Amino acid sequence: MPQVTLTVNGKKHTVEVEPRTLLVELLRETLRLTGTHVGCDTSQCGACVVHVNGDSVKSCTTLAVMCDGAEVTTIEGLARPDGTLHPMQEAFREYHALQCGFCTPGMVMSAIDLVQKNPQGLSEEEIRHGLEGNLCRCTGYHNIVKAIAAAQEVMHGRRKELARAAE
Amino acid sequence: MNVVTPFEGIGASVRRKEDLRFLSGRGQYTDDLNRPGQAYAWILRSPHPHARIRGIDTGAAAAMPGVLAVFTGKDMAEAGVGGLPCGWQVHNKDGSPMAEPPHPVLALDKVRHVGDPVAVVVAETRAQARDAAEAIAVDYEVLPAAVNMAQALAPGAPQLHEGAPGNLCYDWHIGDKAVVDAAFARAHKVARLELVNNRLIPNAMEPRAAIGEYDRGTGDYTLWTTSQNPHVIRLLMGAYVLHIPESRLRVIAPDVGGGFGSKIYHYAEEAIVTWAAGRLERPVKWTADRSESFVSDAHGRDHVTTAELALDQDGKILGLRVSTLANMGAYLSTFAPCIPTYLYATLLAGVYTTPAIYCEVKAVFTNTVPVDAYRGAGRPEATFLLERLMDVAAMETGIDRIELRRRNFIGSEQFPYQTPVALQYDSGNYHATLDQALKAADWAGFEARRAEARRRGKLRGIGVSTYIEACGIAPSAVVGSLGARAGLYEVGTIRVHPTGSVTVLTGAHSHGQGHETTFAQLVADKLGVPIAQVEVVHGDTGKVPFGMGTYGSRSLAVGGSAMVKAMDKIIAKGKRIAAHLLEASVEDIEFERGEFRVAGTDKKKTLAEISLAAYVPHNYPIEELEPGLEETAFYDPKNFTFPAGCHVAEVEIDPETGRTQVVNFTAVDDVGRVINPMIVEGQVQGGVAQGIGQALLEACVYDENGQLLSGSMMDYTMPRADDLPPVGVATHTTLCTHNPLGVKGCGEVGAIGAPPAVINAVVDALKEYGVRHVEMPATPERIWRIINANRPRMAAE
Repeated sequence: MPQVTLTVNGKKHTVEVEPRTLLVELLRETLRLTGTHVGCDTSQCGACVVHVNGDSVKSCTTLAVMCDGAEVTTIEGLARPDGTLHPMQEAFREYHALQCGFCTPGMVMSAIDLVQKNPQGLSEEEIRHGLEGNLCRCTGYHNIVKAIAAAQEVMHGRRKELARAAE
Repeated sequence: MNVVTPFEGIGASVRRKEDLRFLSGRGQYTDDLNRPGQAYAWILRSPHPHARIRGIDTGAAAAMPGVLAVFTGKDMAEAGVGGLPCGWQVHNKDGSPMAEPPHPVLALDKVRHVGDPVAVVVAETRAQARDAAEAIAVDYEVLPAAVNMAQALAPGAPQLHEGAPGNLCYDWHIGDKAVVDAAFARAHKVARLELVNNRLIPNAMEPRAAIGEYDRGTGDYTLWTTSQNPHVIRLLMGAYVLHIPESRLRVIAPDVGGGFGSKIYHYAEEAIVTWAAGRLERPVKWTADRSESFVSDAHGRDHVTTAELALDQDGKILGLRVSTLANMGAYLSTFAPCIPTYLYATLLAGVYTTPAIYCEVKAVFTNTVPVDAYRGAGRPEATFLLERLMDVAAMETGIDRIELRRRNFIGSEQFPYQTPVALQYDSGNYHATLDQALKAADWAGFEARRAEARRRGKLRGIGVSTYIEACGIAPSAVVGSLGARAGLYEVGTIRVHPTGSVTVLTGAHSHGQGHETTFAQLVADKLGVPIAQVEVVHGDTGKVPFGMGTYGSRSLAVGGSAMVKAMDKIIAKGKRIAAHLLEASVEDIEFERGEFRVAGTDKKKTLAEISLAAYVPHNYPIEELEPGLEETAFYDPKNFTFPAGCHVAEVEIDPETGRTQVVNFTAVDDVGRVINPMIVEGQVQGGVAQGIGQALLEACVYDENGQLLSGSMMDYTMPRADDLPPVGVATHTTLCTHNPLGVKGCGEVGAIGAPPAVINAVVDALKEYGVRHVEMPATPERIWRIINANRPRMAAE
């Protein structure tokens, strides 16, 4: 069986995989990082999004063998070691941008990539367009969009602290 | 212990307690769990909508690598496994019971829809099980299929079940036909509409999954499953399917990734993994692929209706006559029969003083996936029909559509209001929600926006719906008399620990609703315990005494009321302990904000002091009181609750492409007392998104051969972020009069109010094309065809 060496959330792993093993299967079953979810089988829903070498990638349509030597970040790797949440995680909580939580890890990973690649800042319309690869069935996206808009201000250093949601 | 700040109690937008685990990847959904020694199941499903099974050859599959067993329906039937039960019996017009054909766990002689389970492979890995399933040879004799209701009811149609002649499940009615016919005979105007309520596929983001486990040492079975009501699954599967006593069967529904109704039902796969685990003495896990979800999760809606509204010359409604065909799919799902009857026709008065209503419903078997409750369940179908009909009536009488509604509203002085279709509304203020919504949506300024859009080449329209729904289901005696085979109370236990922290055990189940926060707020508010010290436990029959689960927006109205009742018992017992400790009479003890106090004095004991005394009863009225501080209550609601409100949609249509965009959406809902405004707003937004999805995007399509064309997320259009507008949400509160919290429910209002508001706006945008009605979903193709079919006539005019 092929061997893959990859770094996940800062930790190096060398694992044997079947040629058909998907990255999401390696993460969930071999490494037991179950925060990354599988919501569909047609690469539509984005519940499986992780970062591979700094890009958001759908791990359900990525073969594990393609990730040899890669740096992978999953939802479990976002918070600081002391438990401090990433500003995007914090914003999702503050703005009630999650309900059942199943799409949330992929949504957060996509949102971080979207914001990081757009340092100029994103309008509400651009955020909505940027979320095209992620489905949420609970929230209607309204609060997700607000959370991302608030998080980008902190991520780009335009605000020191997250703006509180209106009561 | 700190006395709680008021900010955590009822009315505070407390940030959710559950979010930390979901945001850090530490949720525990069923597929996240693995059991030691676990094997994997893969289910072979029918590729045909209707076929006789001549034989199944499992030999090659059984010899494949890693395969532990292959089971067919015959194996399960021979082992005494029963069929999947139906939880509600509806009666025909003549009083005879509905047709209730058997629903085998794995198909026996016939398959009846694409996706019908035929065999199961259990193997060491999921991939091995899947590979082996492909090696099973099923000899099918393909039969003609009845794909839609018209085909199924036609003479000579293919028959799905021996026990359901003509593919009819039931022919039911409600109301007094003679009175209604008389009302129509004296009508000044009759508005008539034929309409379809489109079939939907719920698509909770988490696919269904189940793990069965058997412990040979104790004889105990455990099932982990993606369910909205684990106790109901335990009851149905234990009693009817696998014949396992409740005491030997534990059902756990851990974190569940959305349900919207589709995870209420007892599904075949739950029984399969539990039974197979017993046979193989290995835990067995099954997780659906999304493609499987499309053909195995219960679908929703699917009505074809003719409706007529009789009006007098002042626009007062005299009567309503409705005839509906409701698709049951191939088998009866757990609650399917009650959806197009008792959750539909009983809502046909809407918010109006309609004096006479008659509705008849034929439920029909077809070779499609079973249909059951999906967010709103019957009430969206009733609301869509009524609110479309009101706009058609306005168009045909020339009375303004807002004015027509106002003339017919039940006045706020008329409560309790008895409708002619069984329900008694307890409270509401329909003028107030309408006024508030029209103001927030700037209804008065719309024509200027229409003109501005016209200059940009866009067709702009505005639409309103004033809806009501019934939830907080339901009084057990009432639903029992209507055919329910269960009681619909809820159970709550309040366990005050020795040092004053609290565990709440509830039979309600949270799969996105934020119960861990809202229920903790109830405890904070009533017992004065900070929510950080309140743990909410749900979804485990091994921990929670009993429960009926979460659906029909019932968790707070019924489950929350059970908690209040249990807390009342805690306070009553606490007062007796306090009276003993403070040497006062029980009547003189007052309880407020976490403290028991002798009235008019500064003598007091905190809840923590009382609970410590209860668990360390050194100085305790031990002769009259048991130690401990834990109480359980069953709450059976006195009535349904009746959330109501007004939704306003504003759309723009691009006449070149037919694409409709919702540009503004305003929801003003009366959901009773609001515990956590942030969560309520989120529930409404999510419901509205699904309502807009139904109105504009979502279409479940079968081809003429019975194959599901919309069988993946590439083909079934779920709303994405850029399909939806920002949604303005506000509430206007009248309290529910019959539950202790005054709450009504908020989970379904969005999906109920939104579709007619959107379609009314679409019809308004297209009014110059002479359009009376547009079917859902109003896709670009559908709109483009309407525009282009009507263009020549416009040009000629």
